[in-house]
Amino acid sequence: MPRMTMIEAIRSAMDVAMGRDDDVVVFGEDVGYFGGVFRCTQGLQQKYGRSRCFDAPISELGIVGAAIGMAAYGLKPCVEVQFADYVYPAYDQIVSEAARLRYRSNGEFTCPIVVRMPTGGGIFGGQTHSQSPEALFTHVSGLKVVVPSNPLDAKGLLIASIEDPDPVIFLEPKRLYNGPFDGHHDRPVTAWSKHELGEVPEGHYTTPLGKAEIRRAGSAVTVLAYGTMVYVAQAAAEETGIDAEIIDLRTLLPLDLETIIASVKKTGRCVVVHEATLTSGFGAELAALVQEHCFYHLEAPVARVTGWDTPYPHAQEWDYFPGPKRVGEALIETMGA
Amino acid sequence: MTDNPSPLKFHVPEPEVRPGGTPDFSNVPIPKAGSVARPEVDVDPRNIRDLAYSIIRVLNREGDAVGPWAGTLSDEEQLEGLRHMMTLRTFDARMQMAQRQGKTSFYMQHMGEEAVSCAFRKALIQGDMNFPTYRQAGLLIAGGYPMVEMMNQIYSNERDPLKGRQLPVMYASKEHGFFSISGNLTTQYIQAVGWAMASAIKGDTKIAVGWVGDGATAESDFHAALVFASTYKAPVVLNIVNNQWAISTFQGIARGGSGTFAARGLGFGIAALRVDGNDYLAVHAVAKWATERARRNLGPTLVEYVTYRVGAHSTSDDPSAYRPKTESDAWPLGDPVIRLKNHLIKRGLWSDERHKQAEAEILETVIAAQKEAESHGTLHAGGKPSTRDMFEGVYAEMPPHLRRQRQKAGV
Ligand SMILES: Cc1ncc(C[n+]2csc(CCOP(=O)(O)OP(=O)(O)O)c2C)c(N)n1
Ligand SMILES: [Mg+2]
Repeated sequence: MPRMTMIEAIRSAMDVAMGRDDDVVVFGEDVGYFGGVFRCTQGLQQKYGRSRCFDAPISELGIVGAAIGMAAYGLKPCVEVQFADYVYPAYDQIVSEAARLRYRSNGEFTCPIVVRMPTGGGIFGGQTHSQSPEALFTHVSGLKVVVPSNPLDAKGLLIASIEDPDPVIFLEPKRLYNGPFDGHHDRPVTAWSKHELGEVPEGHYTTPLGKAEIRRAGSAVTVLAYGTMVYVAQAAAEETGIDAEIIDLRTLLPLDLETIIASVKKTGRCVVVHEATLTSGFGAELAALVQEHCFYHLEAPVARVTGWDTPYPHAQEWDYFPGPKRVGEALIETMGA
Repeated sequence: MTDNPSPLKFHVPEPEVRPGGTPDFSNVPIPKAGSVARPEVDVDPRNIRDLAYSIIRVLNREGDAVGPWAGTLSDEEQLEGLRHMMTLRTFDARMQMAQRQGKTSFYMQHMGEEAVSCAFRKALIQGDMNFPTYRQAGLLIAGGYPMVEMMNQIYSNERDPLKGRQLPVMYASKEHGFFSISGNLTTQYIQAVGWAMASAIKGDTKIAVGWVGDGATAESDFHAALVFASTYKAPVVLNIVNNQWAISTFQGIARGGSGTFAARGLGFGIAALRVDGNDYLAVHAVAKWATERARRNLGPTLVEYVTYRVGAHSTSDDPSAYRPKTESDAWPLGDPVIRLKNHLIKRGLWSDERHKQAEAEILETVIAAQKEAESHGTLHAGGKPSTRDMFEGVYAEMPPHLRRQRQKAGV
C-alpha cells in the first residue's frame, strides 16, 4: 500500500473525490497554481483545470459565501481557509448561512460544503497561526466538525465529508502534517512513512463521520483526545506507565458517545485533553456528557488538560502547549483520586 | 431573448508569465516622470478621477527630479531618506540571516518596497497614527524607533517589548505612531478610519493612516473602511501597497476587472491616486498631498503604491514555484535605493564612494544593534520572556480563573 503524509492523504482525498464527481470543486487562497501554502492541493489545477481548482481573492467570507452559492446550485465545493486563525471573516457565512440553510428552507436548499483549515500550534506561529477554534463550530447547530489525527483517517474522513449532504468543518492539525508529533518538541518526529497509519489506499474509501477509534486499549483511565493530542496522550501513558485507554474522537460532531460511555464505564476515570483554551472548550461538553452518562461509574472527577485561557503566545509556545508532562500529571492525579 | 443561449464560461485571471516563461511587463503602462498634473489639495475628487489610472512619478530614467510633484524635500532630507532605505535593507538582510541561523522563527522583508514606508513616514508628525501591515517597518526606521527594540521583538528575548507574545515583526509602539500589527489581514484598515473619526469627534489635529497590501484589499474590511471614510469624511490616508503579489497569487486575482486598485476609491467619491512606489520623491510628494488633505478637513485619500515584492513573501515562502526567478529584474520601475542614489549623485550631493562608505557604516550600526539585542537572548537561547508574561496582559486585571491556571502552571 502506498505511504502518504497527511498532506498527501488530504490531497489524494480531493483528487479521488474530484475524479469521481465533476461537481466537486476546490478553491481558496494560493490553492490553484501553487497548490496551497501547505501544498495540500498541489497538482489538482493541472489535473482538473482552472474551473475545478482555482485561486481565490483573500476573502474568507467570499470563499465560504461563494461555496454556499455553488452548493445551492448543486456543486460540492471543498474550500480551504489558509489557517483556522483566519476563518473569522467567514464566521457569519458559516454560522448564519451554511449551518441553517437546510433547516430554514425545509430542505429546499442545502449546503454540502467542506471548509478545510489547518489548526493547532506547535510551529512557533504565534497567535495567528496556532489557534484551535473547534468549539466555535461544535456550538453551532447544523455543522459537522471533523479533526483527523493521521493520514489514513484524514483521507477517509475528507472523502466522507465531501460526500456528506451537510456542511462540514474539517480541521487539519498542522503539526501532524508530516508525522505523529507527541509534544516532545525537542525530539525528532517519526515520519508518516514509518507509521502504520501512514499506509493509505490509493483509491476511494470513506471513514464514517461519527465513529471514534480506540488508539490504545487500557483499563485504568479513559483519555478523550483528538488531533495532535492523541499522540501526546499516548506519550503520557507510556511515560507514566498508566494503562490509559486512549480514544481518538475523529469527529466531534456527530460524536461517538457509545464508544466513550463504554470505555468510561469500564475504567471509571476520564481525562479530556485538547489544545484549545479551557473555558467553554469542547472538553466542557465531553466532561458534561461523561458525567451525565457515567456518573455512577466514576471514581474520580473528570479532568481536563487544555491550552491556557490566553491568546496563543509565540516565545512561550511550549509553556502553553499541553504536552505529555501536563497530561501525565493529570493521569496520575486522576488515578490517585 | 436568445433561443439558443451559448454555454457560459468560467473566468479565472492568470498572470502573463509563470516559471519557465520570460518576464514581461510591457503591458504595464508607465507614464513619463513629471507627466501627471498636481491638483490643489482642495480639488473635488470627481475632477481627478484620471489620477486613479495613472502613475505619479518624479524621478526619471536619467535621475532627474521632474514635474509638478517634485521639490517637496530638501537636500538634507533626501540624503536622510536614502540612509533610511539603506538601513531598512541592511536590517532586513541581517534579520533574514538571523532567521536562517535559527535565532528566530520567522521574518518578512521589504526588498524593493523600502521607499514606500520610509518616505511616507516623513509626511507624518508626532501624534499621527499608522495602522500598518507587516511590510512597513520603514515607518519605524525613518521614525527613529530604536533598531535594538525591533530586534528584541524579532528575537522574542527578555527585552522584547511585547513579552514574547507576538510573532516576529508584529511591532507596536504608540509613541512612534505605530499601531499593534494583528497578523489577520485588513482588520486594521477600518480601525484606522475609526481612529481618524475619533480625532475629528474630539476636534483634535491628528490624522490616521491605514495600510493594506494588494491581495488583502479583497477582504470586506477594506470595503468597510472605504464606506466609513467616505461617509464621515474621516481625516485618514488609506494606503494600498501593490507589490504585484500576495504570496503566490498575482494582483489580478484581488483586482479583478477594475483597472487599478486606486480606482476602488472612485465609487466612494474618495480622492484616489496612484504613485510610483519605487520613487522616494514621488511617494513623499503624494504622502504630503494626501496628509494635507486629511489635516485640512478635506477628507480621505486612497493611494496605490505601484511597486514590486522582490523577495519571498516571508521566510516560509519560495517564489520560484510560482513566478519567473528573473521577474524582479524586468520590473520597469527599478530599485528605490539605486534610483534615489543616482539622483543624488547626479546633483552632486552624493557619490559612489560615499555610498559604499555609508553602506559600511550602516552595516556596522545594524550589527552593533544586533549584538546588543542578542546579548538579551534569541528565540531559543539566552534570556527570554517568562511563562508568567504569558498569563499577564490578557485583561487589565487578571480574573480568578486565569489566576488559578497560572498557579497550576506553577508560575
Ligand atoms: C485574514 C487573513 N487571511 C489570510 C492570511 C494569510 N496571509 C498572510 S499574508 C497573505 C498575502 C497578503 O498579500 P498582500 O496583501 O498583497 O500583502 P504583501 O504580503 O504582498 O505585502 C496571506 C494570504 C492572513 N494573514 N489573514
Ligand atoms: Mg502584495
